[in-house]
Amino acid sequence: MISAFFIYNQKGEVLISRLYRQDLKRSIADIFRIQVISNTDVRSPIITLGSTSFFHVRHENLYIVALTKWNANAALIFEFCYRVINVGRSYFGKFDEEAVKANFVLIYELLDEVLDFGYPQNSEADTLKMYITTESVKSERAVMEDSAKITIQATGATSWRRSDVKYRKNEAFIDVIESVNLLLSAQGNVLRADVAGQIMMRAYLSGTPECKFGLNDKVLLEKDPSNRRKTSNTVEIDDCQFHQCVKLGKFDSDRTISFIPPDGEFELMRYRTSDNINLPFKVHPVVIEIGKSKIEYRILVKANFSSKLYANNVVLNIPTPLNTAGVTCTASSGKAKYVPAENSIVWKIPRFQGQSEFTLTGEANLTAMTHKKAWSRPPISMDFQVLMFTSSGLLVRFLKVFEKNNYQSVKWVRYMTKAGNYQIRF
Amino acid sequence: MDIFSKPKFFTNNTKGENAELLVELNSEYRDRRKDAVKRVIANMTVGKDVSGLFPQVVKNMQTEDLEMKKLVYLYLMNYAKSNPDLVILAVNTFVKDTDHVNPLIRALAIRTMGCIRVDKILDHLCEPLRKCLQDDNPYVRKTAALCVAKLWDLDQERAIDNGFVTTLQDLVSDSTPMVVANAVIALAEMQESSVNKDVFVVNVAIMNKMLAALNECNEWGQIAILTSLAEYQPLDSKEAESVCERVVPRLQHANGSVVLSAIRVLMIFLRYLRNDEFTNGLIKKMSPPLVSLLASAPEVQYVSLRNINLILQKRPDILQNDVRVFFCKYNDPPYVKREKLEIIIRLCNDKNVDQILSELKEYASEVDVDFVRRAIRAIGRCAIIIEEASERCVNVLLDLINTKINYVVQEAIIVIKDIFRKYPQRYEAIIPTLCQNLDSLDEPEAKGSLIWIVGEYAERIENADELIENFLETFLEENSQVQLQLLTATVKLFLKKPSQSQEIVHRVLQTATQEIDNPDTRDRAYVYWRLLSTDPQAAKAVVLSEKPPISVDSSADKLSPGLLDELINNISTLASVYHKPASTFMGNKAFSADAVRKAAVADARDEEQIMGEDTVTSPTAPAASAPKNVMADLLDLDFGSSEPVSTPVMSPPTSNSKSGPNYSADLFDMSSDMSSGGSDAFGGMGGMSGMSGVGGLNIGFQQSQSQSQNQNTATSGSSNAFGDLAGFGGFGQQPSAATASQQTQQQKPTQSSTVNDLLDLF
Repeated sequence: MISAFFIYNQKGEVLISRLYRQDLKRSIADIFRIQVISNTDVRSPIITLGSTSFFHVRHENLYIVALTKWNANAALIFEFCYRVINVGRSYFGKFDEEAVKANFVLIYELLDEVLDFGYPQNSEADTLKMYITTESVKSERAVMEDSAKITIQATGATSWRRSDVKYRKNEAFIDVIESVNLLLSAQGNVLRADVAGQIMMRAYLSGTPECKFGLNDKVLLEKDPSNRRKTSNTVEIDDCQFHQCVKLGKFDSDRTISFIPPDGEFELMRYRTSDNINLPFKVHPVVIEIGKSKIEYRILVKANFSSKLYANNVVLNIPTPLNTAGVTCTASSGKAKYVPAENSIVWKIPRFQGQSEFTLTGEANLTAMTHKKAWSRPPISMDFQVLMFTSSGLLVRFLKVFEKNNYQSVKWVRYMTKAGNYQIRF
Repeated sequence: MDIFSKPKFFTNNTKGENAELLVELNSEYRDRRKDAVKRVIANMTVGKDVSGLFPQVVKNMQTEDLEMKKLVYLYLMNYAKSNPDLVILAVNTFVKDTDHVNPLIRALAIRTMGCIRVDKILDHLCEPLRKCLQDDNPYVRKTAALCVAKLWDLDQERAIDNGFVTTLQDLVSDSTPMVVANAVIALAEMQESSVNKDVFVVNVAIMNKMLAALNECNEWGQIAILTSLAEYQPLDSKEAESVCERVVPRLQHANGSVVLSAIRVLMIFLRYLRNDEFTNGLIKKMSPPLVSLLASAPEVQYVSLRNINLILQKRPDILQNDVRVFFCKYNDPPYVKREKLEIIIRLCNDKNVDQILSELKEYASEVDVDFVRRAIRAIGRCAIIIEEASERCVNVLLDLINTKINYVVQEAIIVIKDIFRKYPQRYEAIIPTLCQNLDSLDEPEAKGSLIWIVGEYAERIENADELIENFLETFLEENSQVQLQLLTATVKLFLKKPSQSQEIVHRVLQTATQEIDNPDTRDRAYVYWRLLSTDPQAAKAVVLSEKPPISVDSSADKLSPGLLDELINNISTLASVYHKPASTFMGNKAFSADAVRKAAVADARDEEQIMGEDTVTSPTAPAASAPKNVMADLLDLDFGSSEPVSTPVMSPPTSNSKSGPNYSADLFDMSSDMSSGGSDAFGGMGGMSGMSGVGGLNIGFQQSQSQSQNQNTATSGSSNAFGDLAGFGGFGQQPSAATASQQTQQQKPTQSSTVNDLLDLF
């Protein structure tokens, strides 16, 4: 399906080129450079020239490009490109031009493994690391010893986990990370508010553990009549996706989440909710354009969570017009200053106690413009992190580990809410 | 090892590098040989020709160093074709490696052998392949499974004669899920290119095996299985239900392409379901995952949005309450914003229209000109779709006109013209406001729209003659689209207010017939002149005839049901992204290299067609895309260079998703009805929404001529007939598709009256 795979740098030089099908020649690489990299007005990630389609994704200072001459599965190709980036990051820490140049031999090895005849094979970084390693010496020894085992495992039903994992202390860490997306209209109406949640797990468990995981999921708890009385504190999940280790059939039939985890860190699930969202911050902006030369700002921010908690790294980006000459502003907490490069006032509050509120007042002076063009008033955007708080109200109820050795395991749970796209129009 | 002693592989000294490498490759030290091979690969990557080192590199193949072996294999895959005679040197090592104790090496050898497309290798491939297909190790088996497809690609007969196809069919029942997945992938690909189409027919037994493997496969294997499942035709509604039940859990997968592949299966199987309750439940389960796809990477979002657009056309009830999630974020990439806008309009109904309008108004104040214009057009579409909201839409548009931002004003006027056509006699009160902006109009489309309004409502505009007079000052310099509008508007003015404008109409017709070279304008002037001079009453009946209002259907660019079904079958693929059947952009897909070369000529012609409708690289001026056209030719000539190919260069029309009510659509329908079966020739044409029927047919005619394979007599017959019609009206000689579309894109009003005229004349 994927006929060829290229990696370019920003100048359009080919760093990696791998052809999987004979329907293309390497010279096709130049076409992409001319048509996309040196073209300033590219408005689509897919471009078809002649009968060849180019799919590209940009990452750091690289262009990751997959080519096909088929009516290929477009979603698959993009997901695959991102997977290559992930594998690269997992191997080299950072996947950029420098890393690619320094490790091109290894990248060719990986590309040979993850794609065969243009079809994606195994793209789990953890599995790949078992038989494609950075130090060739080590790989040789490892390969001779248990390549048979590795290969069976890489193709099997739990391709993501080795069977011989051993830990002295069995631990599992769960991080619930929620990103709140908000779009507030200039009139103060909520246009869009939802939470995109992520449950990250770091599993350091021996053997082949079977895990069961429970949330205060409304659908699940309401099913069981014995739980009726405590259903007040449940969350309605709109939709969720799971890591490939989760048995989807089981979730579909009785909504239990059971899985054999990969070793180490992975994203167990992603979810989305839009009901009863607790917005951690309320923002009341008053922005008045006085004549053509001045804009007055008065921004009030209020923390809407319990006073026992606090938020870290709160940053508000308050846009100013392009022709701003200077800004004077004072904030009741934190630091606020005008950043001309971003065309905005950046207001940073390192620590924000729950239930407290702060204001910023300021004035932007504008230079005279020859032609009057209305200011588009981009929204105020906000960034923050609140620990031990979930906007959706989601809670982890239990994590049970079953293993044939019946060992004790310790589990830790952390919650965090951060800003996703938190935008306030004014 | 410190940084300085690290060998540099990407070096710039080209002089004599190959000679230097030659020495290094023959070095007695393993490390130096390995570094040399790495440098060879680095040179290969940047596109330098290192094929001359073939024998020296191949010599290094026999080694226990896996990394080195892989590098040499990589080199072999690239250069085997240019040194077919020397490849034989490598065969021995390959065959030996397929017997190696290490399964990784066995698999590597069989994988690489399949990629070397040299006949001599094929002779030696069959035995090792047979062994590997039966290997104990699943990793080797799954690699061998794909190797069968590689062999098939080169030599189908050999694959069949050696019994590999049968073995592969057996592998579908393998105990290891990944082997099953690869066997399914290989078989599906072979099926597509097989002559008898009997390689892989998905029956109940195979389907059950695939369903069993589905739960255990990795994500890519799941996609492969889901893709093949979609081919299955269930016997009855019950069976379809049970397949759906097995597929539904996939909607929760983290990989967006698995979700879309599952959606494809479900959308196809919905056709077989008879149980309404089950169907509704299924549709309910499909909405949340579709919304979740909007949280993926922007490129995946883009593919998803294009598919959601299709799904909404098929099942408008889906996602009905979710319009908010499609609201654009300020920092969405432009291609995502564009698609979200399309979907917002599809979801627009009388309940959410207020919300949508205020959102669209917000978009209209952004900075990206293209997006702002689309947002304004979307407001117009809201007005046309929902009658109750039309007044609010008009008010929003008036607000926008009052911003005095040049492109906003122009776009708003174009949109208002459409609203006038849909709701005649309702919003004339705003005409004075529109006329105030007369001087700021510099785009032909906007100008043409305002002129049309003036002509249409001439009797209500007191100074209509002054306005027209004003426009006429630059009559000769105008774009032909504006000229045509002016011509028609003047005639309308004359018919409505004969006393004031006799002099004007005379002057215009004279100028148009004597001084203008454009056949469209000239001929239309002649037609009017004769009409007016022979029978003014008839002229009135023709020019001032009632125009049918824009209907809702034609304003939302809906795909024809046949095409829609085909695209639903292709959810998640390129076809579904382009909303065009695969045949329009894949060219003649041929499977062997020779066939590809042979098809190059035909292919290159097909390319013209694709380029013609290129919606991907969005609005580009025809001049700018002309070189791209040539580029595309070169691209495809690359492999067909042995044969001289002369291709007609045709610049693409400016693609413009402005879907307007146009008569071209009607003409298209007519023509495609007549040419049933000729959908290949015309299938792609549907994409040119802005193209006038007459101009479009003209091209269709040329294309069907040049497309020797797809042509059928019915098609050419019908387009011939239309060619004649076009010729009669003087439209047949339009210089190129580009100008045709440019002129006609937004001049529907005139076009309509002219078509009416022509029909009357018949």
